[in-house]
This record gives sequence, C-alpha cells and structure tokens, in this order.
Amino acid sequence: MIPKDGASAPLLAIEDLAVSFGTESGRVSVLDGVNLSIFPGQAVGLVGESGSGKSVTAMSVMRLLPSPPSRVDRGRILFRGQDLLALPAGKMRAMRGDRIGMIFQEPMTSLNPTFTVGFQIAEALALHGKARGVAAHERAGALLERVGVGPAARRLRQYPHELSGGLRQRVMMAIALACDPDLLIADEPTTALDVTIQAQILDLIARLRAEFGMSVLLITHDLGVVAEVCDLVAVMYAGRIVEQASAARLFAAPRHPYTLGLMESAPKLGQRVKELPTIPGMVPPPGKRGPGCGFVGRCGRALARCAAEPPPLAPVGGPVGSSASPGHEAACWNPVP
Amino acid sequence: MLRFLARRLAQSVLVILGVTLVTFLISFAVPADPARMIAGRSASAAEVASVRHQLGLDRPLPVQYLRYLGHLVRGDLGRSYVQRIDVSTVVESRLPATLELMAGAIFFELLLGLPAGAFSAARRGTRADKGTMVLSFIGVSAPQFVVGLLLLYVFGYLLDLFPLGGYGGLANLFLPALTLGIAGGGWYARQSRSSMVDALRQDYVRTARAKGAGEWRVVLLHAGRNAVLPVIAMIGLDIGNFMQGVVVVEAVYGWPGIGQLAWQAIQQLDIPVIMGVTIVAAVAIVLGNLLADIITGALDPRIRVR
Ligand SMILES: Nc1ncnc2c1ncn2[C@@H]1O[C@H](COP(=O)(O)OP(=O)(O)OP(=O)(O)O)[C@@H](O)[C@H]1O
Ligand SMILES: [Mg+2]
Repeated sequence: MIPKDGASAPLLAIEDLAVSFGTESGRVSVLDGVNLSIFPGQAVGLVGESGSGKSVTAMSVMRLLPSPPSRVDRGRILFRGQDLLALPAGKMRAMRGDRIGMIFQEPMTSLNPTFTVGFQIAEALALHGKARGVAAHERAGALLERVGVGPAARRLRQYPHELSGGLRQRVMMAIALACDPDLLIADEPTTALDVTIQAQILDLIARLRAEFGMSVLLITHDLGVVAEVCDLVAVMYAGRIVEQASAARLFAAPRHPYTLGLMESAPKLGQRVKELPTIPGMVPPPGKRGPGCGFVGRCGRALARCAAEPPPLAPVGGPVGSSASPGHEAACWNPVP
Repeated sequence: MLRFLARRLAQSVLVILGVTLVTFLISFAVPADPARMIAGRSASAAEVASVRHQLGLDRPLPVQYLRYLGHLVRGDLGRSYVQRIDVSTVVESRLPATLELMAGAIFFELLLGLPAGAFSAARRGTRADKGTMVLSFIGVSAPQFVVGLLLLYVFGYLLDLFPLGGYGGLANLFLPALTLGIAGGGWYARQSRSSMVDALRQDYVRTARAKGAGEWRVVLLHAGRNAVLPVIAMIGLDIGNFMQGVVVVEAVYGWPGIGQLAWQAIQQLDIPVIMGVTIVAAVAIVLGNLLADIITGALDPRIRVR
C-alpha cells in the first residue's frame, strides 16, 4: 500500500475479512478474505460490479450488518490499531458518527421524514456530547453552510421532503461530518443523483476531505469518479479485492484481467453511467463460487491453476519493459502483461 | 393543512348525510308502523291515520326525508316510542358514560398495545416476539363477554379489588375499560408491530444507527415516530369496531351507556332511538377519522404542508 506523505500506520486496515449470510439455501460466503488499508488523509476508491460485496464491506466496518443473518467468519478491522470487531457494542456505537461518518446511495430516503434538518444534524452532535440545545443548533447551521446548503437559518427548520436529492445528500454530509470524523465512508453517494448534481457532490467530497483532513472510502460503480477523487483504487470482485494501485497507475497499466475488462468497457472520460458496462458472463453469486479465483469462468487468460487455488493479492511489477511500480498489487496467477 | 382539513370536513359531512339517508330508509324496512307504535295498540284505524298525518308520514318520501334532516340539524332526533321523551335527551344522558368508557379503553389499548408492538418489532423473530404475538392474538380473539366475566370474577369477586359493575368513579371504570382495552390492545400490538417492523427497515433507521444512536433511541424515536402515525390513524378508524364491543361490555358490567340504550331499543323496536344512536355513532366514527387525520397531520410534516 502507499502511505501518504510519510504517515506510517494505516487509519483503517481490513485484514482477511470474511463475512457470510445465512439464507434459506444455507450459509453463503459474501466476503472471502478482503484486505484493504486506508492511510490518514487518503481517499480510496472501491469499485466493482453489483453484488461484489462493496456495501457489505462498508457496513462491516460500521458494524451495521444485521446479525443474524450476517456473520463475520474471520478477519479483523483495525481502526487506529484497534479491532472494531472486538469492541463492545457501546464503544462501537461511540465510534459511529463520531470517528467514522457514513453517507449512502439513497439521499431521498436516508433522512427521517418526521424530523427537521436542524434536529437531525444537531442530534449527531448531541449523541457524541459535542454540543446540545441551542449550541448544537448553531453548529448545525454552520455545518449546513459548509456543505453548501443555505440559508442555514431557514434550512434548519425545513423537513427533508422540502429539499431536492442533491440538497438531502449535502445534509447527509453535514450529519456525517458533524463530529469531524477521521474517516468518511461514502457508499455510491452520487448514483441516485442527476449528472450535474453528481459532479457537485463529488467536488464537495473532495473539498471537505481537504478541509476536514479526513480519509475517504468512496464506493462506486463509476471509474470516472474514482479517477477524479481518489488517490488509491481497490477493485473488488466476488468478495475479494483483486487489484489495487494508485488511480493513475491502475488506469495506465491494469494487471488483473477483470480490471482490464472494466476499463475496456468503461465509457469515455467525463461520460458517467449508472451501471458498469458488462463483461461477458456473470458474477458468480455468493454460494456458487468455486475454490479458485472468482473470475475464472469469465477470464480469457485462465490457467488450470486458477480454478483450483485462489490467487493471493501480491505485489506486481509494471508492464514488461517499464520500471516496477511499488504499491501495485493484484490477485492473479496469470496477470496481464 | 387548512385546505386539507376543509376537504376532509366536506367529506365528513357527505358521509354523515349518507348515513342519515340509510337510517331513514331502513326505518321503513323495519316491520313496525311508527303511527301504530305511537297511537298505541288499542287505537282505532282512524286514530292511527290521524297520527300518521300529524307526523307527516303520508307525505312523499323525499319530503319526509328533508323534514327529518331539518329536525336533525336542529338537534331533534325525534321521540322515543317507549319512553315517550326526546331521543336527544335520552342519548345525552347516556353519552357521558360511554365516552368515559371509550377514553378508558383507548388508554388501556395504547398502554398495552404500543409497547408490546414496539418490543416485538425490536426483537423480531425471537421467542419474545412470538410469545407477545400469541398473547395479542388471544387478546383479540377472546370473546369480550368471556374476558369481561373472567375479569369481573377474578378482580371483582375473588380478589375484591373492584366493584362488581355499575357506574361511578374510576374504580368502576377500571374493569370494563380493561376488558375493551385487552381486545383493542391485542389489535394495536399487531398493528404497531407491523408498522414498526416496516419503519425499522427504512433507510433513515440505518442513518440513525450510522450517527451512533443507541438501539432504543432508534426504535422509539426514529422508527417510533414514523410507526406511530398509521397506528394513530387507526384509533379513529377503530371507533366503529369499538361500538360493538361497547354493547357487550356495557351489558356485562351494567354500564349505563349508549350500548345498553341501543340494545334495549333494538329489543323494543324503538325506531327513533335506534336511528338516533346510529347517527350519533356515525358522527362519532366520522369525528374519530377526522381527529386521526388531524393528529397524523400534526405529526407528519409531509401532510402538514399539503
Ligand atoms: N442480508 C443479506 N442476506 C443475504 N445476502 C446478502 C445480504 N446482504 C447482501 N447480501 C449479498 O451480498 C452480496 C454483496 O452485496 P453488496 O450489497 O455488498 O454488493 P455491492 O457490491 O454493494 O453491490 P451494488 O453495487 O449493487 O451496491 C450480494 O450478492 C448480496 O446478495
Ligand atoms: Mg452497494
């Protein structure tokens, strides 16, 4: 991984995380050994097709997956060196919204329709003892101004249904950032919005990341978004990270056949789509994955070994003839040259 | 909100007009001749005819209906055949007792139903949830006269904690209100559970958790505030069901309310009283619905502005 500017310890380190769900047809493994680190101040993009486990990864960090049916089978989630999975419920509750903020894909429904915007932001402050009553309300107003929702005095008294989707997502940002978190997890924050609003929200995330000095985990379908906002990109496929590198590096020289497929089918720069264009074949659904690499059925470069043995995420050099690129890792037995 | 209320008010007036028309028509379908009832069994045909003329019963139906409406608007519900006094006087004397009983019953319904439902929803799928739902099912389906007699026997007779029926203070109210409240509470437990389960699935609940809200705050405040809306709307809608229970419970406990009045009037074919009670009940149901709308509107900002 690439530490940012000399920072040595990762803020968040997901180590070999495996999560499964109990379903009618038995227990299915959804995450199968996810490794991902985010250093302080870094923005990491998590991309992958629908169903690859991006949201489950994010919700695992927040420990918000319903259990049952979900279960963590192995792994650790270290936040500043402390394993979140081992925290008692009360301590974990204190983390949520305070040290780790989260925004979601559904701005229209993520705010409570029966409370004012002001109440919902002030509540985040009050829950973590940052401010109460009038003071909390004033700080909520200041937060609204920072996320570009004004005039705050009027907005504070409004209800979510009075705001557009873009404004609601900004309010969600204000809630997530209320306690000045170290990490913001944004799970497809722009997918449900109009294209012009998408760009505004992304700009806002980029600007606030600098202002608040926080790390960002940005989950998206959209490679264009990643190129714009992220330092580092992790590509997820069938419950594993199959490749990660700096954004520039990944776009210049993808090594995993899946990443290459994504890029080749990606729309031209600046043109955004809701779904990634398709690669032939289907993501094997959880429970239908073989012992080997999840991509084997769709891969043109598959070897006999690929179906039998899962490739570990390992450092890969640059393409033939170029200098090696540190921090570039791929999980592939037969990487793209 | 004002326009919304005005529209609902207009709808309510229409509904009540409809009820008056139906009760008016039904009074003709009943095998009892009002003129004969008033003139008395021994009256001659000529006497009956003169009474009929006096009452306007020989006029065309639409005219009779308009006259009837005119009386209603002035608060005149007609005269009881049996007691020979104004129906409005009879109803007025019985109404407070029934209203008191209803207030007590609603208190118990909500006291038993809402927490049970919220608890069940929060513990969805567990044994505690199933147990609570079985209890609520028993509450809903147990015949009210059985529950009433059982409570009367145990708490009134064996333990001697409450009077054995009759009308008076809070002690008299407790058991009849509880009897109605057990049935209603079971029903509310189911309604508030499903309403709460639904609310707990919403995205804003996930947001509340992501903010760091604790489990009970999420359930009671974030989901609860949304879940309670449909349940409150039901209190108003529920008044219709309620009326049936009131008849039974008033009989078991000798509670001198509208239910008893209706029961006696039906047995005696005292049509003006039956019609009067029907209209009062209809007005109560319509008012209940209206009240439900107002409360829902006050709690739900999306309705408030519409
Ligand atoms: N509660 C659940 N019970 C059973 N399976 C689940 C549950 N939640 C998620 N899954 C499974 O986990 C897999 C990964 O889901 P996840 O939501 O993480 O995908 P994603 O990468 O976020 O996709 P998308 O881009 O569509 O949001 C899916 O196949 C899904 O069916
Ligand atoms: Mg997702």
